[in-house]
Amino acid sequence: MNKQIRQNIAFTVFRLLSLAVVGILFWILGFITYKGIGVISWQFLTTAPTDGMTAGGIFPAIVGTLCLIAGSAAVAFPLGILSAIYTSEYAGDGKVVRFIRIMTNNLAGIPSIVFGLFGMSLFVNTMGFGDSIIAGSLTLGLLTMPLVIRTTEEALKAIPDTFRQGSYALGASKLQTVSRIVLPAAFPNIITGLILSVGRISGETAPILFTVAAYFLPQLPDSIYSQVMALPYHLYVIAVSGTDLEATRPMAYGTALVLIAIVLIINVSASIIRKKLSKRYA
Amino acid sequence: MLETININFWYGAFHALKDISMKIERNTVTAFIGPSGCGKSTFLRLFNRMNDLIPDTHLTGECLIDGKNIYSKTVDVTGLRKNVGMVFQKPNPFPKTIYDNVAYGLRVDGESNRGLIARRVEESLKSAALWDEVKDKLKKSAFELSGGQQQRLCIARALAISPSVILMDEPASALDPVSTSKIEDLIHTLKRDYTIVIVTHNMQQAARISDRTGFFMLGELIEFNDTKKVFLNPDREETQNYITGRFG
Ligand SMILES: Nc1ncnc2c1ncn2[C@@H]1O[C@H](COP(=O)(O)OP(=O)(O)OP(=O)(O)O)[C@@H](O)[C@H]1O
Ligand SMILES: [Mg+2]
Repeated sequence: MNKQIRQNIAFTVFRLLSLAVVGILFWILGFITYKGIGVISWQFLTTAPTDGMTAGGIFPAIVGTLCLIAGSAAVAFPLGILSAIYTSEYAGDGKVVRFIRIMTNNLAGIPSIVFGLFGMSLFVNTMGFGDSIIAGSLTLGLLTMPLVIRTTEEALKAIPDTFRQGSYALGASKLQTVSRIVLPAAFPNIITGLILSVGRISGETAPILFTVAAYFLPQLPDSIYSQVMALPYHLYVIAVSGTDLEATRPMAYGTALVLIAIVLIINVSASIIRKKLSKRYA
Repeated sequence: MLETININFWYGAFHALKDISMKIERNTVTAFIGPSGCGKSTFLRLFNRMNDLIPDTHLTGECLIDGKNIYSKTVDVTGLRKNVGMVFQKPNPFPKTIYDNVAYGLRVDGESNRGLIARRVEESLKSAALWDEVKDKLKKSAFELSGGQQQRLCIARALAISPSVILMDEPASALDPVSTSKIEDLIHTLKRDYTIVIVTHNMQQAARISDRTGFFMLGELIEFNDTKKVFLNPDREETQNYITGRFG
């Protein structure tokens, strides 16, 4: 068989496989949309559940999820970014850094339910926050930290050393070089990484299960010490442990649709922001 | 005036510079030539201590600028680099506007007077023979410039902080002939105000632009003389062989 033909066959296979992936993605989206779109209404989005959660809307869960996204971002971003800056710009490549990196990767591999248990034991009980937005945000924040660190590190590593050298050669200090050259240049990629990582945690159920999520709580949170409902947990509840599963099935799909929509909006805005930012100088 | 006394330099265990002593006068252009890997760039980077950034290196000997040892413990490296500018082989403008590129050195030096910065930016771009080409797009990204313009921008950037010495490591090797001759003309005029040390692989370029030429081989300074002498009547056979293209 000649080279050309073999190459064509290989490419065709690759193309079919990637189409299959896209196909599955659209299938899931289409399925959830088809099943869930019927219950989506202004009222569904803006009111609390009623009648033992067989009717009404999911507003408290939407608010809760948004609170958790913001809260975990507030925890994970500063810590994750600073530690990435430290390991990639300051710490060199010694034993300590390699150890930190390995541990970060291991952290990323820990199942989220374990984070949930840890968060319950540390934040809810030991630190006495109780089931609360702050306990949930800290837990989710820890969970995303490895991802934030990794993507930030990669964004920093992608900045060519020639920029740094140019800056040093002009008499800039390390701090100036990092803050005025490296970070701004890495910013679009850092932001993208950050947004994608919050997108990913917004669907996590296990870490919020024992730290913040309320089964049914129609009123909105009034402080970071309040408990909240959250979309993933609400979805779980009405899908498997509600009072009338058959009746709430469409609501479960509607909830899933809203959750997916939030994640999609987050991801799309990430790529828009990134495009905007990198256009500025490219 | 730049002076080195018995400089030895190691990358790890690799002895990259061997016992090099030389004196470079003010307001001259000095060219370093020699085969690839002979240590020209390493030697050049001594003068603004850029080698400090490379881990696991070691230096003995003295390196003086205007009589002061720039490797003594009391020297402020950032201050040294403000006095000794550097232009790299590949143009490396920052991902910022043309204006901000030139203003960068002043700003990191703590200068906040906008009028003064604007004046220095204009002067530097004029000195680098770039002003006319960019004066209408100072707020555009530096990446919109051609390679040759980017390199002149890097020269302007170095000039903006008023150094007395400018180090250039093959500044024209990535450029087309027209841009190259612009850089060469520029070096010629800059000589009036600056001491220039340039590494080049281009023999004609070294002959055209420099007053003195140093020939390096395998980490040693083989010969350091007036450029005319090096090219017409070198003292050492190795030099003769190198410039006529016969190696080894
Ligand atoms: N960062 C480094 N780590 C280890 N060895 C290095 C490093 N930089 C340079 N060397 C070695 O030191 C020697 C001198 O390198 P240098 O870059 O100074 O040569 P050069 O004369 O500038 O060469 P070229 O003309 O190719 O630019 C070479 O053998 C090189 O392999
Ligand atoms: Mg070199």
